[in-house]
Amino acid sequence: MSDTSTAERERIQLSSAVVRFAGDSGDGMQLTGDRFTTQTALAGNDLATLPDFPAEIRAPAGTLAGVSSFQLHFSDQDIHTPGDAPDVLVAMNPAALQKHLSALKPGGLVIVNTDAFTERNLHKAGYESSPLDDGTMTDYQLHEVPITGLTLRALERHIEEGALNKKEAERCKNMLALGLVSWMYSRPIAETEEWLEDKFASKPELADANVTALRAGWNYGNTTEAFAFTYEVKAAKLAPGRYRNITGNQAMAYGLIAASVRSGLPLFYGSYPITPASDILHELAKLKHFGVATYQAEDEIAAMGSVIGAAFGGHLAVTASSGPGIALKAEAMGLAMITELPMVVIDVQRGGPSTGLPTKTEQSDLFQLLYGRNGEAPIPVIAASSPADCFDTALEAARIALTYRTPVALLSDGYLANSAEPWRLPAVDELPALSEAFAFTTEPNLEDGGFAPYLRDQDTLARPWALPGTPGLEHRLGGIEKEEGSGHISYDPANHDAQTRMRYARLDRIGAQLPPLEVVDPSGEADVLVVGWGSTKGPLQAACHELRSRGRKVARVHLRHLAPLHPELPELLASYRVVVCPENNMGQLAMLLRARTLVDVRSYNRVTGQPFASTELVAAIERIGWGEQA
Amino acid sequence: MTTNEIKLTKKDFTSDREVRWCPGCGDYAILATVQSLLADVGARPEKTVFVSGIGCSSRFPYYMDTYGFHTIHGRAPTVATGLAITRPDLDIWIVTGDGDGLSIGGNHLMHTLRRNVNLNILLFNNEIYGLTKGQYSPTSPLGSVHKSTPMGSLDRPVNPVSLALGAEATYVARSIDTDRQHLSGVLRGAYEHRGTSFVEIYQNCNIFNDGAFDALREKGQKEHNQIRLVPGEPITFGPEGERAVIAEPDGSMRIVSTEEAGDRVVVHDPTRPASTTAFALSRLAPSPTGPTPIGVFRSVDRPVYDDELRKQVAAARERYGEGDLVELLEGGNVWDVF
Ligand SMILES: Cc1ncc(C[n+]2csc(CCOP(=O)(O)OP(=O)(O)O)c2C)c(N)n1
Ligand code: SF4
Ligand SMILES: [Mg+2]
Repeated sequence: MSDTSTAERERIQLSSAVVRFAGDSGDGMQLTGDRFTTQTALAGNDLATLPDFPAEIRAPAGTLAGVSSFQLHFSDQDIHTPGDAPDVLVAMNPAALQKHLSALKPGGLVIVNTDAFTERNLHKAGYESSPLDDGTMTDYQLHEVPITGLTLRALERHIEEGALNKKEAERCKNMLALGLVSWMYSRPIAETEEWLEDKFASKPELADANVTALRAGWNYGNTTEAFAFTYEVKAAKLAPGRYRNITGNQAMAYGLIAASVRSGLPLFYGSYPITPASDILHELAKLKHFGVATYQAEDEIAAMGSVIGAAFGGHLAVTASSGPGIALKAEAMGLAMITELPMVVIDVQRGGPSTGLPTKTEQSDLFQLLYGRNGEAPIPVIAASSPADCFDTALEAARIALTYRTPVALLSDGYLANSAEPWRLPAVDELPALSEAFAFTTEPNLEDGGFAPYLRDQDTLARPWALPGTPGLEHRLGGIEKEEGSGHISYDPANHDAQTRMRYARLDRIGAQLPPLEVVDPSGEADVLVVGWGSTKGPLQAACHELRSRGRKVARVHLRHLAPLHPELPELLASYRVVVCPENNMGQLAMLLRARTLVDVRSYNRVTGQPFASTELVAAIERIGWGEQA
Repeated sequence: MTTNEIKLTKKDFTSDREVRWCPGCGDYAILATVQSLLADVGARPEKTVFVSGIGCSSRFPYYMDTYGFHTIHGRAPTVATGLAITRPDLDIWIVTGDGDGLSIGGNHLMHTLRRNVNLNILLFNNEIYGLTKGQYSPTSPLGSVHKSTPMGSLDRPVNPVSLALGAEATYVARSIDTDRQHLSGVLRGAYEHRGTSFVEIYQNCNIFNDGAFDALREKGQKEHNQIRLVPGEPITFGPEGERAVIAEPDGSMRIVSTEEAGDRVVVHDPTRPASTTAFALSRLAPSPTGPTPIGVFRSVDRPVYDDELRKQVAAARERYGEGDLVELLEGGNVWDVF
């Protein structure tokens, strides 16, 4: 490897960079992005990623519908978003160029695979003439690289020796592209070589071919004169500690395992596959040695029923789905609520309504989780705000469920699920001690030796959790309204009214125990407040940072708890001149805040299936916060 | 002396709740039989759980002094499956109706049976929706005239035993609410079977569908119509054993006179690995208004879903050791910042 000769090239120091790989679904762009992300993480940068892929597993090759992309933002600073506009676009075919060129920064660098720019592919991408020579690219730094041809040449020997055929060899072209971009950004590729050897351990010829292509890409950059510069983004000054990269779904799975370990309860995970939640099931299914039972049910109703049964049986019971599946779970969630059993229901939201945009992100299930059940059926609802935060919120959901004996809804979304960020590993023994949140009831709780399953703890309003198998505590649960204490069926009007109020009161008890809200206002003089929840945290953080650097005094608060709302909120919101609430929905939190605080909360909404760009938020907050004064 | 050695009685399984079925409802007889049976087989109240859906029949758990869960319409198998996976130490019974188990919950029923989860399913078939006051159900005969079908129902009924056999259930039986002895025997078999046991119980709803099973329940008729399946015995019936079941060359079964049958009478064997013969028997009676087989159609051993699931967990622990959280979090690529 000729790492050293790159020194001859001028190396430009950058503070941050945004790179987007785009190609056909079959081109391996997600894998390329993943590898580049790992290399970048190991180089010590802060980073954020945005994978974007079609819902079709293999959309027709070469078409716009089939384009899959992966964007990575990395920096020597603390960053919060995958970046608005890429500095570099790698386009493996005309459709990828067509779809992504407009997103690029003016003057940005484009690497195209010229071998894919055939008449047929140009036509499929909707180009009448080749953008490479009709003036389309004049405003960009275009690098025409015959990526497919170079790959085949690099693998000539492999093909001749029959180690792989031409088609298989072509498939290594993503590694050639990765090698080239790695060279450009001075990213070492040794780790990826190891990873390839590991991945193809049983097919050494494939490992060798991929490594060869990867090195060929690196060497191509190094030896041709086409690239005048290489770039370097120094390590970020992250807080001391041990780090790893983590996606939201992985962090969620690990958070559930941590909740199991810290509560001492075996984890039961019942679920039915759905994008973008399935990876949690896949992850947990690999972790059976933690005592996890994973159960792939016949549908989401069955999955929800199974977690109710598992909670009754005394396990830490969890299910996950996305919007359509949550709709199916609704009736059983009501049963879980009224039987007051602890469990966690995760909704990895995607674009709705109906089947909607299965692989895209949206925040439009908030109302579904808050209100989407028959009758008055309040349950706590919390939301994760970053990939790594999925770990913490999984623990928080389990804490609330176990302490208050209630199903808890935990919201994530497609963006958090699939994107990655560096995560400073927590000290395991400092994680919440969930075993202190509950105790199984083993003794009668009435003076006459009887057992009243709805006799509550006066602090938390939690009812006893007595497991089948415990002698003397035999009792019956059910969905019919029950008498306070005894839990017997009761149709008494006053009792029903009292029970309904009690179920809301329990939410208030949760709210009363929450730590104070964290309001970010470095100047302490802000008169505009930005309120957000869920995955918009990164873009909102970046936007507020930018606004402050322009002299705007803006404060920001991000809500983890959506039900109950934090009791300090009404007073907080009322103390600002303007309150802005940007959401990837049509204004659900804003409507809730208006109803609960009587403050004229202003919405900013977009539902394109993509996370907010921070520049658009800067403009929106500026306009709503100050524009109308001018 | 441990609690296990105290001999319990029916009373120990009877809750203090007032039973609220209509007077004369067949559910009373089933309740009494189940309570006695549990005492007889030495079941423990604290280790016994009754899970039900919604319907008159699904009120059953309230009357049992055991653990119980009155869930939602059609979903009892789902809750019971989660419980069975997490708690191998429990005896779990499901009580469901023909609407609850075969209409809204049909999907769950099929999957529970094919998985062979360790559960006992009691399907109270009264060929009617009792709780919602008398609409026809998936087992009501074609042309049934009820509130929602004043000109007669149009859909063909399902035969619960055939359905269970089609889903490859490992224990499939049928009995009658008021035939205490027969019902007890079939339930005992269900209790002892590991895997899903499915028992269809013909239950009279004297309010909305009275007499649906008279052919099998009433003196003077039942002697002619009950085809009692007894393992190892030739299948004959009638007051004098004058009728018999034979197999046709195409695999179906037919009722003929015992005389005509000669040595062709089918000998009942519920342990046959293939369910073909059991299925043919289940097709013998199109509806319970004429000769109808009762008893155990099928009883075979097959791996039990929840046992296998727990075995996988144990195998993973054997292979990788008890999971270690620090190791998990630090798995993959980590780097240190100082
Ligand atoms: C989701 C839902 N849909 C409908 C109902 C109304 N419902 C209650 S019981 C029942 C039918 C019960 O029939 P079956 O299962 O045969 O029980 P039976 O009352 O005859 O014992 C219906 C339709 C309900 N409770 N829940
Ligand atoms: S309606 Fe029919 S099934 Fe229901 S309790 Fe009355 S008699 Fe029994
Ligand atoms: Mg019925």
